[in-house]
Amino acid sequence: MKKILKYVIVDIIQNKIVLIYTALLLLISLSVFNIESSAAKGMASLLNLILLVVPLVCIIFSTIYIYNSTEFTELLVSQPLKRKTIWLSLFGGLATSLSLAFLIGVGIPVLLYHADATGLVMILSGLFLTVVFVSIAFLAVGWTRDKAKGIGWAIALWLFFALIFDAIVLFLLFQFQDYPLENAMVIMSFINPIDLSRVQILLQMDISALMGYTGAVFREFFGSSMGIIISFLGLSVWIAVPLLFSLRSFKRKDM
Amino acid sequence: MKTLKIFLGIVVALVGSSDTLTAGKVYVGTNHPNKTIQQGIDNARHGDTVYVERGVYKETEIKFNKTLYLKGIDFPVIDGGRSGNVMEIHAKGAILEGFKIINSGQSEMHDFAGLLVVDSYGVIIRNNKFENNTYSILTQHSRNCTIKDNEIHSVANNEVLFGNGVHCWRSDSMYILGNNISGHRDGIYFEFVTNSLVWRNISRKNIRYGLHFMFSNNDTYISNIFEQNESGVAVMYTNNVNMYNNYFNDNWGGAAYGILLKDISDGEISGNYFGRNTTALDIEGCNRLKIFKNRFINNGYAIKISASTLDNEITQNNFIGNTFDVATNGTLVANSFTGNYWDKYEGYDLNKDGRGDIPYRPISLYSTIIESNPASLMLFRSIIVSLLDKTEKLLPGITPENLKDEKPYMKPLAL
Repeated sequence: MKKILKYVIVDIIQNKIVLIYTALLLLISLSVFNIESSAAKGMASLLNLILLVVPLVCIIFSTIYIYNSTEFTELLVSQPLKRKTIWLSLFGGLATSLSLAFLIGVGIPVLLYHADATGLVMILSGLFLTVVFVSIAFLAVGWTRDKAKGIGWAIALWLFFALIFDAIVLFLLFQFQDYPLENAMVIMSFINPIDLSRVQILLQMDISALMGYTGAVFREFFGSSMGIIISFLGLSVWIAVPLLFSLRSFKRKDM
Repeated sequence: MKTLKIFLGIVVALVGSSDTLTAGKVYVGTNHPNKTIQQGIDNARHGDTVYVERGVYKETEIKFNKTLYLKGIDFPVIDGGRSGNVMEIHAKGAILEGFKIINSGQSEMHDFAGLLVVDSYGVIIRNNKFENNTYSILTQHSRNCTIKDNEIHSVANNEVLFGNGVHCWRSDSMYILGNNISGHRDGIYFEFVTNSLVWRNISRKNIRYGLHFMFSNNDTYISNIFEQNESGVAVMYTNNVNMYNNYFNDNWGGAAYGILLKDISDGEISGNYFGRNTTALDIEGCNRLKIFKNRFINNGYAIKISASTLDNEITQNNFIGNTFDVATNGTLVANSFTGNYWDKYEGYDLNKDGRGDIPYRPISLYSTIIESNPASLMLFRSIIVSLLDKTEKLLPGITPENLKDEKPYMKPLAL
């Protein structure tokens, strides 16, 4: 497993796209902190980057990479190796290298300009989002052999989590605004990994405003240390479940 | 011989009467004839100084009804034993200094205080400590009194049984200076108190308001610190209030305000600092206020202004790091917001006069949505919400068209 993992990581790091991704993140983060009048405002802009760009790049790049390495995977399958090992190594390689790119591109500037609880939660959430969307990419690949279809699925999933889901939530909020929705909102945010990370960062950045929120359920749940642990557990579930499903379909796949 | 007797008689009479003018000294303590403070006061004459030695005096309802300088040496403790008022001042020009007054009575029927000041004039209460009293200092129908440098603390845990730190009722020309108040219902409470000055007090961790006043015209508040009070500061139904250089910090909660202004007219609010409050400034039904040169830093809402407010000028303030700058509950805007610094301003300044060329709209669409549907705050900063806000900025449809800063500053004002 180690050997395959190492091979995949080396292969991805040599890939120009990941280098460009790293450079782009670094450039955006640094310029955001330098152009904006205050570091707090920079963090707000950076939040959009983490919630929008990071999931998109991770899911698309991972999908394309897995399809492109189909021949390599087939070669490995013909060797006396467990399919589980091959699949997890591919996942491990992608997740590690993209996380590394995120750490260099966003982690370092954030630590330089805004090294406090907000910054740390932001880096942690970004890392989780990276790995979650690599995992979701594996799921999308498992659904179809057709590369174009697979990428289509990946984009659709990203669009759903980044935009459509929130639009639906907003719609529901207004349809059911006469009902107490706090508990439902807590559950809703666990359905979407982007929302889960956003709420964590929100609790750091806009704590004063959230304190005024009359339905205190949300704040009390996510604000407590137990809530923080549970929500990061939720993100871990978001990594594990799509990966396990894709692993199952890969195991059964007729190569 | 007869003339000598008369002369002596006159001398004695003069000396005797002059006693009331030149202060005598009366001591209270275990080694003195006066064992209790009440005895000391009863045996003193107007103008005397009564020294109370160190110790614990278990006395209650002490009647302080003479013009005396009552001075505690090394903070003698007056323990009210949880019944009645510990001490009642009813005098002109009395001075109370250096005592530690504890354990006033507690009742749902009566307002018991550590120190009750009734119908008094020119009383000075300075350098005392108050602990565990229902009300610490309660003044009624008094004028020209000074409450200075007292340490006033209690352990209030419900709003019914506990009272206020400094509570003034129907008083005039009060000076409340440099007191440190905590753990009461309201830190400072004024009702029908006029022409008074509240200066350099610290009021923190009270279970309701740090400062609370009603019907108290022509008062001035300078350089006070109000922080971590459960509901912040609330002031109502008053004219001519001036507030300068105060700090309103860390008031968190659904009904917590840095300062809640309700039906306040004709005042100035200047040089104040609002930090990390859920709502820094809530303005309801106020008229002709001048709100200038304040700093609003890292609040949830910097200003919530109701549509029932008229002719207020909000100018030359810094708005930095607030989640929402301004929120309102209607479409009518009869207040001026021109000439502030807003850190969310995205305009440009082509003629380089330091002022933005396009107006800034401090109300975002989403803050309006949250006003009607608070649960939607949880979607804040999501991409769909940013898109909605950007669209609204380009084509204002829901937010009040008139609420805008025509000439926002490009850089923070030096305040």
